[in-house]
Amino acid sequence: MAQDINAYLENHQNKTLLRFITCGSVDDGKSTLIGRLLYDSKMIFEDQLAQLQVDSKKIGTQGQELDFALLVDGLAAEREQGITIDVAYQFFTTEKRKFIVADTPGHKQYTRNMVTGASNAELAVILIDARKGVLTQTRRHSYICHLLGIKNIILAVNKMDLVNYNQAIFDAIISDYKKFANSIGISKFTAIPISAFKGINVTVYSNLMPWYNGQTLMTHLEGVKLGRERDRAQGFRMPVQWVNRPNLDFRGFSGKVASGTVKLGDTVSIQPAGKTSHIDRIVTYDGDLDSASVGQSITLVLSEELDCSRGQVITASESPLEVADQFETTLIWMGDEALIPGRSLYLKIGTQTVSATVAEPKYQINISTTEHIAAKTLELNAIGVANIITDRPIPFTPYSENRTLGGFILIDKLTNTTVGAGLINFALRRSQNIYWQVTEINRDHRAKLKNQRPAILWMTGVSGSGKSTIANEVEKKLASRNLHTFLLDGDNVRHGLNKDLGFTDADRIENMRRVGEVAKLMIDAGLIVITAFISPFRSERKMVRDMITPGEFIEIYVDTPLSIAEQRDVKGLYAKARSGQLKNFTGIDSPYEAPDSPEIHIDTTVMTIDEAAARIVNFLMRQKL
Amino acid sequence: MSDIQNHLSGLESEAIEIMREVVSETDNPVMLYSVGKDSAVMLHIAKKAFYPSLPPFPLMHIDTTWKFQEMYKLRDKAAKESGMDLIIHQNADAKKKKINPFDHGALHTEMWKTEGLKQALNEYKFDAAFGGARRDEEKSRAKERIFSFRNSQHRWEPKAQRPELWSVYNTRKAKGESMRVFPISNWTELDIWQYIYFEEIEIVPLYFAALRPTVIRDGMILMVDDDRFPLKASEGIVMRSIRFRTLGCYPLTGAIESNASTLTQVIQEMLLTTTSERQGRTIDNDPSASMETKKQQGYF
Repeated sequence: MAQDINAYLENHQNKTLLRFITCGSVDDGKSTLIGRLLYDSKMIFEDQLAQLQVDSKKIGTQGQELDFALLVDGLAAEREQGITIDVAYQFFTTEKRKFIVADTPGHKQYTRNMVTGASNAELAVILIDARKGVLTQTRRHSYICHLLGIKNIILAVNKMDLVNYNQAIFDAIISDYKKFANSIGISKFTAIPISAFKGINVTVYSNLMPWYNGQTLMTHLEGVKLGRERDRAQGFRMPVQWVNRPNLDFRGFSGKVASGTVKLGDTVSIQPAGKTSHIDRIVTYDGDLDSASVGQSITLVLSEELDCSRGQVITASESPLEVADQFETTLIWMGDEALIPGRSLYLKIGTQTVSATVAEPKYQINISTTEHIAAKTLELNAIGVANIITDRPIPFTPYSENRTLGGFILIDKLTNTTVGAGLINFALRRSQNIYWQVTEINRDHRAKLKNQRPAILWMTGVSGSGKSTIANEVEKKLASRNLHTFLLDGDNVRHGLNKDLGFTDADRIENMRRVGEVAKLMIDAGLIVITAFISPFRSERKMVRDMITPGEFIEIYVDTPLSIAEQRDVKGLYAKARSGQLKNFTGIDSPYEAPDSPEIHIDTTVMTIDEAAARIVNFLMRQKL
Repeated sequence: MSDIQNHLSGLESEAIEIMREVVSETDNPVMLYSVGKDSAVMLHIAKKAFYPSLPPFPLMHIDTTWKFQEMYKLRDKAAKESGMDLIIHQNADAKKKKINPFDHGALHTEMWKTEGLKQALNEYKFDAAFGGARRDEEKSRAKERIFSFRNSQHRWEPKAQRPELWSVYNTRKAKGESMRVFPISNWTELDIWQYIYFEEIEIVPLYFAALRPTVIRDGMILMVDDDRFPLKASEGIVMRSIRFRTLGCYPLTGAIESNASTLTQVIQEMLLTTTSERQGRTIDNDPSASMETKKQQGYF
């Protein structure tokens, strides 16, 4: 008996793992199907079965018979409670394979959950109710699965028992689906007629449909070829996750192989820097390896001591990655608030996190019809195509080649939530042909000539708070100390450089970006830059802060209560805004987000202009600028 | 586990990737070590993930003072062998109030475990804590993320979970916020046993059957692990051949009668078993709790 169990373990040890996703609503019998798979593969325990029998009688929808849907329907309960419907994972195992099923709800408002489930799946089971045929929902699910790169699609035509196992109905659905599938680029799929409720063609054949001579669903799941082969055939790539330095004598680069195979002695490049080296050791806890391939977590030791850190990618030198900082991408928006084009976000791809901005979408995709719709933004659950610019070049592959090196997430810089997922389609040519021109006289040199250290004094506050007046006074005081300054005023800049911009959120962000870039050039010229802009959004002030060398961005909150600013109303703007003649006016119908921790806080209700200016100048002097 | 073709090495590689990600992107991680089989597997993978370095974080045991004696023994041994620091935290408040599982029921777990953990996380300012929970354990865990975000009050908000795509994990958080990270989320009970078998990982002997002093109370076989066990007049200690499928505080953990005294016998028994793993735990069987949930769902 002990030998049997050893044999069993050896056999079980050699099972492969298949992650798949099921698509379809509860009405299509999705939960029943998963419950059936668990039940038939004996993953249901006695206590769970006893519970199921009780529940089936009490709340089941199948009369006196077992309602398998109840096994997995945490989801149904969620819906009744009206909370977010989510991805649930189910596990089962057979003689041949171990399976992880991502069970996701199918309605349009849960697109982000489905995308999440599909991102790690190698196969999709798309359920169709034989009585209803191909629905809008079927098309949407198929589109998302195809978009996320799932190559194996099973069309499970369910509830065949309710259409008298009629072949003509099955055939009509297949031909209908085929037309649609081809139109979105799905070249092949497998169709199986089943009844999840009765267990027909799920794990067991049935002679009720003698006209069907394909495999059962389970046989197909057990036999389908895994995509790893394709990833193995690609060039070697491993994003560096962690630099392993236990002592001075050992320096290894830990990561998980994203594609291909690496062998001892192989010549490799470190990207994006592009330096080359050779593989000296492939280290694991279980001993050194001669080679390693896709999916393995390893530690590489290189024969030449090279600068290499987290976020860089070690690649076979004969097949380096493309490196770029501008891309066309397909985005799935997941934030509760819509995309704001131009706002700076974090982009995480592989093990690297960079700053990035999304341009106005080229178009949104209606995922039910695959039509392109003109769009200025992307709302929650919308899918669209937009260009993205990163703040530094990153090594990548198109998503269609490799999920790890072509799939990314977008993170809001203030809330830290994941607001989007993206797939790189291709790099934009223009980014690869423009190089940074290194000049011989650098910023330090220019600053020294002026006998000062450059900085940016960034005044923010509502309209009429006194920014420009204080800025003017600060500049006078600095000039009297022979310091070289330049005052960038919000109104003045909008007369020239930014006269094409309005006051929508997107235009305000672009306004800030340009001002930030101009201020940065002036800092490089060695100047002390003083700016006076309402700059109402935290994100954009942070965007400019991130563009500037740390310590050189000094945020000054000119704090005047709205009521007082409105009382002053020097330019008569508040009156216009109140009467509706002026739209998107900060404080009235557009928000002002006060700084959380500005370097300097000026309360204009207790300070004169001169005192405020003196305080700012003193702050600068203490910084030894 | 070097053959990538099989599912265990795939799961191991995924867990390693998760651990390395935490160490790279958080400031002060810790590994919660409960001395159970899942913790044993997690610790073993941690050694692999950072080899030849030691795992760059301490182990932490949230001690209720009511664990089995053999658990304390293995805890100290395993920690010593790992070369990692071991932090033992006991809730001083619970200690002062003499909170115990016999007199206080659910409050015992709440104070010693839940509160104790929050105290420790606050005291040491850990911003990421590895836990050994698995998605196959129960329905609500089936939906928790691998990187599970906690607000500054350590609350989990199921409605506000971050989407988790591919293996790109969003680890960003504000000061005071933290993450619970579950590297073996995708493992099943069978995977755990197989991995212990193939990797020859030492586990608490209580998982193997032996003759042990027991009492049957409320339909559960409880082990009389020390002299703090108050016997009722009708109860007598009986030696039974028992083992445990899951380990916790000894007065709250039910044993099963079994003769499986070796790892292979245990796995064999597991394959033939007809009840789920958590059935031996009183916490999950609390009828009022599940009733309340059902009511919320509008079933009655």
